[in-house]
Amino acid sequence: MTTHVQEFLAQARVVTRDLRHRGLIQTALRKYETARDRKKAAFNDWQSARQAAAETKWDAINHLDTYLAEFADKMEARGTRVHWAGNAAEAREIILGIIKSKGARSIIKSKAMTAEEIHLNDAMEKAGYEVVESDLGEFIVQLRHEPPYHIVFPAMHLTRDDINELFQKELGSASTREPEELTMIARRALRRKYITADVGITGANFAIAETGMISITENEGNARLTAALPKTMITLVGIEKVLPKLEDLALFLPMLATAGAGQTITGYNTMYGGPRQPGECDGPEEYHVVLLDNRRTELLADPEQRDALHCIRCGACLNVCPIFKNVGGHTYGTTYSGPVGSVITPHLRGLQDWKHLSGSSSLCGACTEACPVKIDLHHHLLRNRRNAAVGEPSFFERLAYRLFAFVINRPGLYRFAKEAGRLTEPLQKLIRDTPLDPARAWTGTRDLPPMPEQSFKEWWEERR
Amino acid sequence: MTVTLFIPCFVDSLYPGVGISMVRILERLGHRVVCPEEIACCGQPAFNSGYWPEAREVAAPVLRRLQDAEVVVIASGSCGAMLKVFYPQLFAETPQAEAAKALSPKVWEFSSFLADKLGVTDLGARFPAKVTFHDGCHGLRELGIKTAPRRLLEKVQGLELVEMADAETCCGFGGTFSAKFPMISTAMGEVKCAGAAETGADYIVSNDSSCLMHVQGLLSRQGSPIKTIHLAEILAQR
Ligand code: SF4
Repeated sequence: MTTHVQEFLAQARVVTRDLRHRGLIQTALRKYETARDRKKAAFNDWQSARQAAAETKWDAINHLDTYLAEFADKMEARGTRVHWAGNAAEAREIILGIIKSKGARSIIKSKAMTAEEIHLNDAMEKAGYEVVESDLGEFIVQLRHEPPYHIVFPAMHLTRDDINELFQKELGSASTREPEELTMIARRALRRKYITADVGITGANFAIAETGMISITENEGNARLTAALPKTMITLVGIEKVLPKLEDLALFLPMLATAGAGQTITGYNTMYGGPRQPGECDGPEEYHVVLLDNRRTELLADPEQRDALHCIRCGACLNVCPIFKNVGGHTYGTTYSGPVGSVITPHLRGLQDWKHLSGSSSLCGACTEACPVKIDLHHHLLRNRRNAAVGEPSFFERLAYRLFAFVINRPGLYRFAKEAGRLTEPLQKLIRDTPLDPARAWTGTRDLPPMPEQSFKEWWEERR
Repeated sequence: MTVTLFIPCFVDSLYPGVGISMVRILERLGHRVVCPEEIACCGQPAFNSGYWPEAREVAAPVLRRLQDAEVVVIASGSCGAMLKVFYPQLFAETPQAEAAKALSPKVWEFSSFLADKLGVTDLGARFPAKVTFHDGCHGLRELGIKTAPRRLLEKVQGLELVEMADAETCCGFGGTFSAKFPMISTAMGEVKCAGAAETGADYIVSNDSSCLMHVQGLLSRQGSPIKTIHLAEILAQR
């Protein structure tokens, strides 16, 4: 069986060699950066906005118990049924239970990373239901039978030619290169589904405790249709998405749009307060909110890394991450990719199985600088590495560091090591980039610097 | 002022010119330079890999030997960040916690020491070439050094500084990361080299030899005519 780390390495090898793929992602993200910088400039002071957002989330996460209870009470008061799911299996069971009780056959979904996290589509399809993704990007990756590539831009790895080809094959549409026409093709396929769907499932961007509301932002209007047309609506939301007050959205909505997509504000921002109330003309007859823990409370119990729960899933850290830009989203092999994924996946899915994600970073800190809620992302990678090494140290690695310490702390030995390096340099050149070369991980693609005649310390000694 | 130089192991053994240049510049400015022989590594490789007790084995003697220093100057933002920012974390809740905290404010990265601490930017250097500057990540984001190296370069006679696209993007070195994930590290370095090549610069300059070792390794393998040079070596040229 291949392990997660082997899969990661194999996939990273493929994508880093694929110049077209890397070029596509890098070009798209360069455009994003330009747009984001323009929108950031519209804030009076982006840094104090980040500070305010971080403080609001700190309050929300550190008083999660009270805010969640407040949220649930307020929602239930207007007739929403609130469910608590401890883990992925429970969440699937709750949702399948609702679907079954409604005698539903077809389900329409808008974008929800939490649904990816619990593999909801798989479970619903296995149970015999037809599931259709209504977000354009999600619709595309669903047709390709692959997970979203990026938490905000699920199909960013595809060109319009790729999409045209896919639509021709899967939907039998006529060939076109026009983005508008491609959108229309998807829209025609989807509109029918909205009308016939019995249940609509959405994710959530924020859960407002003060008023008991779910806030969803989107650019296509598909989440509104998903919520408004079917008789039953289900929202699956991670417990960390809580915001204390309604007015917090005044900061968080523009911030999410700016950091996530370089927009002033997302196209559609909707709040859902419950099922259709007496006298209202639309909305679902029944509304269920499923609050998902799935090991988030374990992260909550870790005071050092608790701030990772501040995440609003804007994707900014992915967009600036040079690792993400060169290995792409699918290589991570998990729902949440990029820096935030590398921080939380080891917590959500097991440290030892996923520690390679925390390891595969140069710790450059671009993510931390970009994060609108000031999560200490790259330092959390260090902390995960430390925790992993404490839990299950690698025998060889530890030995290597001990040996290194032994040599480096003894000037005589260190001098000898330098001398040995100089003497073996011609030999190193001979075996360079062969299986005999102990430095092959380096020399496979990079030359080693030539050893100078004299080291600094030798020069210093001589001079004195 | 008595300046204690911290010469990291790879600068000592591979880039002695960087250390020599620092000594010459600091002495020219009238400072007394000392360089304790026993100090060779800050312990960052083990620290970054998660092996903190092993990192402390290397770092504890460094901490002890530097405790009486007036200022400690390092020609690497990365090792500088290790001493200044990460030692207090590495030694938190150990008997050396106080010593680590006390050392932190005394540690300076070389360019920032010149431009910010001493307030000197014109060293009378001459280096007729077109150069582009790469911001090492640790210097930039852990230590907040952005303008100091540029202010120094601006005063170098004959030198033309052109900024590359994504100057602040990581070159892909990342210490042990470069050997554990060579394909990712290399891909990142390729992007860096391409950005530098677009400027038409003759040299990529940085205040961190570790980034330059990685970038130069790639450039030499690609047969690129672009060369790399540490900021200190430019500033020492007359
Ligand atoms: S960690 Fe920060 S930057 Fe990354 S997705 Fe979450 S909120 Fe956005």
